[in-house]
Amino acid sequence: MLWDALTLQLGYNATLVTIGACFLGVAAGVTGTFLYLRKRALVSDAISHATLPGVGLAFILMVMLGGDGRNLPILLLGSAVSAGLGLLCVNWLTRNTRLAEDAAIGAVLSVFFGFGIVLLTVIQTMSAGRAAGLEGFLLGSTAGMLWNDAVVIAVGGAATLALVLMLRRPMGLVAFDPEFAASSGVNVARIDLSIMGLAMAVTVVGLKIVGLILIVAMLIIPPVTARFWTDRTDRVALISGLCGGAAAWIGAALSATAPALPTGPIIVLVSFAMFAISMFLAPNRGVLAAVLRHGRFQRRVHMRQGLLALAQGQPIYENYTLRLLRKAGLAHPDGVATEAGKARAAKALRDEKRWELVRADQAFESAAALYDGLREIETVLTADQIAEIDTRIGGPRGMTA
Amino acid sequence: MTLELAANQGAVPTMPNMEESPLAIRGMTVSYGQKPVVFSVDMTIKDGSMTAIIGPNGAGKSTLLKAALGIVKPLAGHATVYGKPMAAQRARIAYVPQRASVDWDFPTRVIDVVLMGLYRELGLLRRVLQSHRDTAMACLERVGMADFADRQIGQLSGGQQQRVFLARALAQGADLYLLDEPFSGVDAATEKAIIAVLKGLREEGKTVVAVHHDLATVTEYFDRVFMINTRKIAEGSVGEAFTPENLDIAYGGRLATGQIDQLALAAR
Repeated sequence: MLWDALTLQLGYNATLVTIGACFLGVAAGVTGTFLYLRKRALVSDAISHATLPGVGLAFILMVMLGGDGRNLPILLLGSAVSAGLGLLCVNWLTRNTRLAEDAAIGAVLSVFFGFGIVLLTVIQTMSAGRAAGLEGFLLGSTAGMLWNDAVVIAVGGAATLALVLMLRRPMGLVAFDPEFAASSGVNVARIDLSIMGLAMAVTVVGLKIVGLILIVAMLIIPPVTARFWTDRTDRVALISGLCGGAAAWIGAALSATAPALPTGPIIVLVSFAMFAISMFLAPNRGVLAAVLRHGRFQRRVHMRQGLLALAQGQPIYENYTLRLLRKAGLAHPDGVATEAGKARAAKALRDEKRWELVRADQAFESAAALYDGLREIETVLTADQIAEIDTRIGGPRGMTA
Repeated sequence: MTLELAANQGAVPTMPNMEESPLAIRGMTVSYGQKPVVFSVDMTIKDGSMTAIIGPNGAGKSTLLKAALGIVKPLAGHATVYGKPMAAQRARIAYVPQRASVDWDFPTRVIDVVLMGLYRELGLLRRVLQSHRDTAMACLERVGMADFADRQIGQLSGGQQQRVFLARALAQGADLYLLDEPFSGVDAATEKAIIAVLKGLREEGKTVVAVHHDLATVTEYFDRVFMINTRKIAEGSVGEAFTPENLDIAYGGRLATGQIDQLALAAR
C-alpha cells in the first residue's frame, strides 16, 4: 500500500498531492536555508500567520462581487498581500522602534492571526461561507485538490526555486557578512527583503497543502537537518532541498494510505524523523559522533596521566585509569607497571620533557602552537628535530657516588 | 545649533586635495539615537600612505569607517573616493570588517570566504572558474594560509580568521584598503604577517587606512595618524599629530601622563 503510494499508483488525487507537495518541499528547503543562515527563521512564522486575514478578505471580496469565493489563485493573492503587509510591519517595527525583532514578530503574528480568525468566523455566518472550507488553510487540506490547484503550487514552487538559485550568491554573502556585503555595493536591505519575500512566496504556495501553521516547519527543519551533514553553504542548500522534497513526497504518500491521516502534519513528522536521525548519526556534528569523540579524548587523557604516574612512581588513584592501563597490558592490578608499561612510561616522560623545551623555544613556535598535552611529538617534529631536542636533554647519566 | 554647524561644514564645496585623495570625508556626523558618535568630521587620506585611526573606546573610529562606506547611514556628510562618490568607486575599495562581526560557525570554507572578495566580478550568475580559484589561492598564499583553503572556517584560530579576512580584501584587488581593528585579538605571528602584507601594499602604491587600538605600535606600523574622539582631534604625519598634547585631548584622563610621554617620545 505504502509502496503504491510512493510510486504514485494510489489514484488521481493522491498523485496530484504527492507531486505538488514534493515541489513545495524542495522550494521550501532551499529557500529556508537562507532564512536559517541569516538567523531570521522566526520571521517566517510571522509571515505565515499574517496570510490568514488576506485569505478571508479575498474570499469576502469575491463573494461580494458575485463569485463563489473559492478561486485558489485569488485566495493566494490575497494571502500574499496581507503576508507582505505583515512582513513590512515586522521590518518597520524593528527598524523604527525600540522593539527587538522577536517582540515585533510576536506582536505582528498574533494580531494578524487574531484578525484572520475573526474574519473566518464572520465568513461562517455568511450564506456562501458555510461550505467554503477556509479552515483548511490553517493546517492544509488536500482532500479536494484539483488539477489547477496542483499546477498553481508546482509553478509557484518552481518559480520561487529559480529566484532563490539566481540570488543565492548575494543572499549567502549577506547572511555571512552583511557589513562586507554592504561595502562591496550589495544593497543589504533589499537582499534581506528578497529572502523574506521568497519565504513569503513559499508560504503562500504551501497554504493549500500544509497550511499556515506548519509551513514554518518545512522552511526550517530541512536546513537544520542539512547543516549536520556539511560545512558548505551550497551543499546545505542542496541537501536541504533534497530533504524537503523527500519528506514531502514520503509524507504525502503516507497520508494517502489511510483516509484519516492529514497530509501537512505527516510531512512535518517525516521531516522531523530525518532531522532526528541526522542529529544522532551525522558524522562530525552529530550527537553520537560528539560522544564518541569525547570518550576517545577522555581515554587518551587518562592513559597519558596513568603513564606519567607510572614513570614517576606515583600511585594511580582513578579506577578508570588503572583499568585502561591493565587492558593495554601496561600495569598489574595492584598498579605496578609491567615491563611494557615501564618502557611506555619512560617514553611518555621523555616526551613531556621534549615538549617543555619545544614550547620554550621561539624557533619551534609553529610546532608549539599544536601542543595540547596529548599529541605525540613525532607527529609535529621531524626525527632530526627530535634528535636535536634530545641532545639538549642529554642521555641517561650515571650517579656519582 | 550644533547640527546646523555640521550641515554648514558639510556644505563647503571643495577643499584642497579632495580630487586626488583616496578617501575624503566631509562634515560626517553619525548618531545612534540622539547621541552623535561621530560629529562633523573631515578627513583627507593621503595617497600611498598608511594611516592609523586612533582614539579611545567608543570614540567613533569604526563608525567613521562604516559611515564612509555607507554601511551605516550618516546623519550628515559624505565621502568621496579618488574624487568620485563612494557608490561609483566600490571596485577600488577593499574592506576588512571586525573579526567578531561574523558567525564563524557559518557553513563555509576558507577558500569560499576569499572568493567572496570576487563578488563584484562574479555577480549573480557567472561561474567560478579555475582562474578565480587561482586568484583566491594566491591571496591566501600571501597571508600564509594556503594550506587552510579547504578548512571549515570554524576550525581556525583568531589570528588565522583575521588573515583569511585580509586575503578576501586582497582578492578585491583594490587601491584603497580599509581595515577595522585588524590586530585585535591576534597572536604575534599573525600581527607580523599582517603588517608585512600591509607594508607590501603600500610599496605597490596602494593606500591603507586601519582603525588601530594599540598606541604602542603606531609609530612602528604607520606613517600617518588620524586622531578622533567623536570630533576630529588631529590629522597628519605621525611626527606632527601623534603628540602628547593631542593624546591628552583625545584620551582625556584615560592615559597616565608617563604613558603619553613615552608614546610620543617614540614618535620623535
